[in-house]
Amino acid sequence: MTLLAVERIKLFSTRSPWWCMALALGLMVGFAGLVSASASNPGQVSVPVSQFGFSFALAVILVLATLSVTTEYRFNTIKTTFQAVPSRTSALLAKTIVVAFTAGVLGLVAAFGSLGIASLIQPNADMALNSEADWRQIAGTGLVTLFAAVVAVSVGILIRQTAGAVSILLAYSLVAENLVQLIPSVGADIHKWLPFNVAYRFLTGNPERAVDFQGPGSSTSTLPPWAALAYFAGFSVVMLVIAIVVAKRRDA
Amino acid sequence: MIEARGLTKRYGKTLAVNDLSFTVQPGRVTGFLGPNGAGKSTTMRMMLGLDNPTAGVALIDGKHYRELHHPLRQIGALLDAKWVHPNRSAYAHLRWMAVSNKIPTRRVDEVLDLVGLTAVAKKRAGGFSLGMSQRLGIAGALLGDPGILLFDEPVNGLDPEGILWIRKFMHRLADEGRTVLVSSHLLSEMSLTAQELVVIGRGRLIAQRSTEDFIHAATENTVKVRSPQVSKLRDALAGTNAAMRDDADALIVSGVDAAQIGEIAAANQVVLHELSPQRGSLEEAFMQLTGDSVEYRTELAESVDQMVDVNR
Ligand SMILES: Nc1ncnc2c1ncn2[C@@H]1O[C@H](COP(=O)(O)OP(=O)(O)OP(=O)(O)O)[C@@H](O)[C@H]1O
Ligand SMILES: [Mg+2]
Repeated sequence: MTLLAVERIKLFSTRSPWWCMALALGLMVGFAGLVSASASNPGQVSVPVSQFGFSFALAVILVLATLSVTTEYRFNTIKTTFQAVPSRTSALLAKTIVVAFTAGVLGLVAAFGSLGIASLIQPNADMALNSEADWRQIAGTGLVTLFAAVVAVSVGILIRQTAGAVSILLAYSLVAENLVQLIPSVGADIHKWLPFNVAYRFLTGNPERAVDFQGPGSSTSTLPPWAALAYFAGFSVVMLVIAIVVAKRRDA
Repeated sequence: MIEARGLTKRYGKTLAVNDLSFTVQPGRVTGFLGPNGAGKSTTMRMMLGLDNPTAGVALIDGKHYRELHHPLRQIGALLDAKWVHPNRSAYAHLRWMAVSNKIPTRRVDEVLDLVGLTAVAKKRAGGFSLGMSQRLGIAGALLGDPGILLFDEPVNGLDPEGILWIRKFMHRLADEGRTVLVSSHLLSEMSLTAQELVVIGRGRLIAQRSTEDFIHAATENTVKVRSPQVSKLRDALAGTNAAMRDDADALIVSGVDAAQIGEIAAANQVVLHELSPQRGSLEEAFMQLTGDSVEYRTELAESVDQMVDVNR
């Protein structure tokens, strides 16, 4: 608990996390507002459509989580941290938990905020959450951002440099996974199992159909949604374990 | 007490610290002296468990750093004053450190007051001058009221007032019975600050002894002689075990003391205009001792040689 308090103080006593959070929230809610305001009739606006800006918010959340680690390396406060808490596993785990929890709450607020603004602008659109899939799409956002933050923190620990870690994460999650599909014959099969693609399956997948949703956030994974989340969570935990093992071996 | 036993650190091809063993006792300031690149900072990072030794151990009161329960309460350190997030306030910086080791937050105000930073406590640390950063670092080191303190070149870049302040501070800490290890590459500075010296060069121990002994043994005593009959004096001194060299219009003699030189001069009817005992400079002595262990000197000499060769 003590260590969580330490990481909470560290995270919120500088300005950049606040900017990132405001930006993530603004982007997602802003896109929801834009999309619903430009719809010609209420029928074009739905629960999934309100989540149009999610991938942008996710990108910002990845940056936020990465910065929480790389700035510590950049300014050498990681050394002070390990000096105060010599157990690197505990120190890094506490940081991961605080950052992931923050990202989770942020994702949740952004998703509900987007839903809210969309139904405000299009009061006649069907924005009711009346299926498990609807709830999963909105409330599940928090779970995806939570585990995505774990991935970002891990990459931050491994790479240690802001520019490198952020470019790797954004290039991978926004571009590389999709490019894999272009590989002849096996590309599509590999893509099915790539973590961010699978994570989208949890949000947008409908258990009645193998692949249903088209549009932003669509996924080619065929896993049942909760299995997709477990897969993504497992991936994030593996990344974290690798990062902590490496951090323990390296000089601070 | 701090103890280094066979401490060794290798970075790729560089052997930064080489089989280093020494102890640091409580109740006095111990100077950790060595030229640039000697391995002082590396040794201190290993003491704090930040860098893993290639071989050997560093023990804090008999324990590995990572075995300490609330380390900041046992050992405080200032390795680099810039190890602070520039956008975090001095207060927030000290607060997270305090919380991590269950140190009451009122102690944060206490140490800020102690180093005179109360007025700027809520300002971002990135805007601090070097002197203020150094004070913040010291505040961090003192936060847990530890019995052992490590300071890596704490006076680097400070003005005379700041240097004096830190020097007095170190003495006070040692007088309170704490173990204080301060690194420096300046023997002159250490001669004023430290009672005990651990001298290293190229990662190896050169000496561990009291500052007084060290300076006494290290500085060569010479006598400066001026005479209108220098060559006659030379001849007279040649018979003794005196070593001589010219310094402008004077003769610098070592190996015999002023009284002997005066007597020899009188016996040979040599007129003397000056006969003054000289104390060798500390820095000279230090360079002599660590001479072959200064890392860059050989490389520099080699590259100069090469340049000369090219020009030929
Ligand atoms: N992280 C590192 N990676 C590679 N080499 C290193 C590292 N840290 C130190 N070194 C090398 O180890 C040697 C000792 O460096 P160190 O910083 O410990 O010396 P120092 O005595 O503190 O010098 P200074 O008086 O300049 O601070 C140097 O040759 C340095 O280049
Ligand atoms: Mg150094």
